Amino acid sequence: MSEAQGIAGHLLSKRIVTGYGFWIFLLSDIVMFSAFFATYAVLVDETAGGPSGRDLFNLNSVALETGCLLASSFTCGIAGIGARTRRGIWFYGAMTATFILGAAFVFIEAREFAGMIARGAGPSRSAFLSAFFTLVGCHGLHVSAGLLWLLTMMAQVFAKGYRADILRRILCFSLFWHALDIIWVALFTVVYLMGVAR
Amino acid sequence: MTVFGELSWSAIPFDQPIPLVASAIVALTIFGVLIWVVVKGWMPYLWREWITSVDHKRIGVMYCLLAMVMLLRGFIDAIMMRAQQAIAFRSDGYLPPEHYDQIFSAHGTLMIFFVAMPFVAGLMNFVVPLQLGARDVAFPTLNSVGFWLTASGALLVNLSLVVGEFARTGWLVYPPLSELTYSPGVGVDYYLWAIEIGGVGSLLSGINLVTTILKIHAPGMTYSRMPMFCWTALASNLLIVAAFPVLTATLAMLLLDRYLGFHFFTNEAGGNMMMFVNLVWAWGHPEVYILVLPAFGVYSEVVSTFSRKPLFGYRSMVAATMAICVLSFTVWLHHFFTMGAGADVNAIFGIASMIIAVPTGVKIFNWLFTMYGGRIVFTPPMLWSIGFMVTFAIGGMTGVLLAVPPADFLLHNSLFLVAHFHNVLIGGMLFGAFAGYTYWFPKAFGFRLHDGLGKAAFWCWLIGFYVAFVPLYVVGLMGMTRRMQHYDVPEWRPWLLIAAGGAVIILAGIILQAVQLAVSIRHREALRDTTGDPWDGRSLEWSIPSPPPAFNFAMPPRVHGPDAWWDMKRRGRPYETPAYADIEMPRNSPTGFICAFFASAMGFALIWHIWWLVALAAVGAYATFVVFAWRDRDEDVIPAAEVARIDRTRGEARAS
Repeated sequence: MSEAQGIAGHLLSKRIVTGYGFWIFLLSDIVMFSAFFATYAVLVDETAGGPSGRDLFNLNSVALETGCLLASSFTCGIAGIGARTRRGIWFYGAMTATFILGAAFVFIEAREFAGMIARGAGPSRSAFLSAFFTLVGCHGLHVSAGLLWLLTMMAQVFAKGYRADILRRILCFSLFWHALDIIWVALFTVVYLMGVAR
Repeated sequence: MTVFGELSWSAIPFDQPIPLVASAIVALTIFGVLIWVVVKGWMPYLWREWITSVDHKRIGVMYCLLAMVMLLRGFIDAIMMRAQQAIAFRSDGYLPPEHYDQIFSAHGTLMIFFVAMPFVAGLMNFVVPLQLGARDVAFPTLNSVGFWLTASGALLVNLSLVVGEFARTGWLVYPPLSELTYSPGVGVDYYLWAIEIGGVGSLLSGINLVTTILKIHAPGMTYSRMPMFCWTALASNLLIVAAFPVLTATLAMLLLDRYLGFHFFTNEAGGNMMMFVNLVWAWGHPEVYILVLPAFGVYSEVVSTFSRKPLFGYRSMVAATMAICVLSFTVWLHHFFTMGAGADVNAIFGIASMIIAVPTGVKIFNWLFTMYGGRIVFTPPMLWSIGFMVTFAIGGMTGVLLAVPPADFLLHNSLFLVAHFHNVLIGGMLFGAFAGYTYWFPKAFGFRLHDGLGKAAFWCWLIGFYVAFVPLYVVGLMGMTRRMQHYDVPEWRPWLLIAAGGAVIILAGIILQAVQLAVSIRHREALRDTTGDPWDGRSLEWSIPSPPPAFNFAMPPRVHGPDAWWDMKRRGRPYETPAYADIEMPRNSPTGFICAFFASAMGFALIWHIWWLVALAAVGAYATFVVFAWRDRDEDVIPAAEVARIDRTRGEARAS
């Protein structure tokens, strides 16, 4: 079906409908995060005699994480343009850069988690740490799933070319990736900045 | 640890005859049906036309079928509880406490998640695209995935009957009782994974329907011309999108507590169990409206059709629907006034709860005024609607009573509360589902359901409902709390005996409905709907043949005002011959079924700690999606000549 013709003879193009539906999914995902945020806000002081965010957070590594993720959103945008203009070098190059930056983010986060667990500050130490690991870990899981999706999209473009349905999926992927950025900004502020300040 | 995790032969309840015999009968029935289907050679047809179907009409029918089968299971639980309480006066009755507790938990879980949810989802999936004049939904394959995930959840709950046990915590698994310390068995895990999987299914279905209603409709079908059912479906699905993620997150936290030793809701290390109650009702109260709003939509369609009048106060009805949609998020605390949030907080939530009664009252008056001065036809759907208006008004008033915090302190967790929410769920949601089922059945299958048996079933349900639940109001006021396995207050006894009698009357209603279906199938030629418009309907689904062709509309209809089909009939040009063109429809795909297969395997493996199977199922699910994404052809073309041939048979049938 051509893009202009729309779904089953109706008014809008598939690109619009798919993007719209994916936005609604993203909103629901953000609602899920808001439940974790609310939980974190309730439990942030429940350290049960254990360490608090002030004792645990290292803003330098978090700043590095943030830098990686924000830069990866930029490269993800480039990849989207590369796909739409069908320029392989830009698409594959920018997707690879996005993958490396995203993987670096996940790696730094995993190292932070491992370090905390090694210090006896794992998620079962206190309600605060349960909430911390869940909120931040849920975001990290999203990024990891995004990386798998990213590789799948690269493989798909390699195998099938810039087909209309594949371009729609790339659009959804970049929406997803940018949404993770937005959630990270909130997370960075509420968890790390406010955690160190309190 | 063994290959099968914690699963062993001791999980099968050989020492408990009731679940063992029950599950043996169910298993034999399922195997019997399967063998019958295979022997008759229907398997390829079922696979091609139903299991892998991405047609919203087929998926809608399968949702309703799932709901009806689960209704039987949920009702058996109900009548067992009524029997237990009728017997267990100064005795232990016939159900030991650990079994009784599983039954009331399973009853609530099944009725809400796997009867009410699929029933409304089925009606919405079937009807909404037809009413919008659309050929398809926005995401047909996603829709199929959603349905099969819901079925996976239902499968897991029922599996707990024979392998292991179900939760003994009540249908909302309140911690700390549901934490590992107090519920060490697999019962709560069955609940949690079943609802997580089914919840994802509901979310996918919700995303699909919101996008469909907002983005895909026939030319001229503006928002202010949409049939009321589409509006209530929109509100309901918006609530699904906004509320179900909260449930997913909340249950995920309880899972982390149970599996990895987190401390969200535990007694120790700073956990806060009231947070679970708050979060779960932040989903749970909107859920009430997710279920009842589509039923309100059904009543609007039915009352207007059988009063032969346009719906009274259409705009106020839309406003009331959307007001309920928003307000439903502002009242969750009334489920636990006794938490001790303080007088001010309780007062605010009490008043907010009473405010919801205002738009609901607007709706009741709109239906009454629609009937006023109309030429009412008392068909079974109309009977269900009138029965609803009377019953629901009573349930609404006891609800406002419960919304008064001081009164709630006395009535909290009593059978008065149980009577209230059955009053609104049966009288509101279930009657609506039955009205919709009888109303749209001819559209789905091309023949009507038997009228007389439908009326008899309605009267049994209505009378049975009052006989079963009015006594519960009474014993609730006398101080009887819910979920009692036995009791020794002689004053309660007669009322509980009457309530058990009510359950038997409802059973008669259910049997009559089964007979109605069987008789109608047998006499389908006499009940055939040749015109596609058996009720002289008003909205677009009645403008096409029954059952509708795969593409619904040969040409997208042009809509010029509300009650589009009524309008076309009045203008006298209802059956124009359009200029036929090729139609592209999405190809069927087993993605949903296979994905749900892996989801079931993963859920089962997680419940029993079979970690290798968890990994295998995850890889399988991912591979399924990749295979789906790799396919080269996602649509089939129905040539114009074929469209014309199918469409012309409609015209001939109508002319005769």
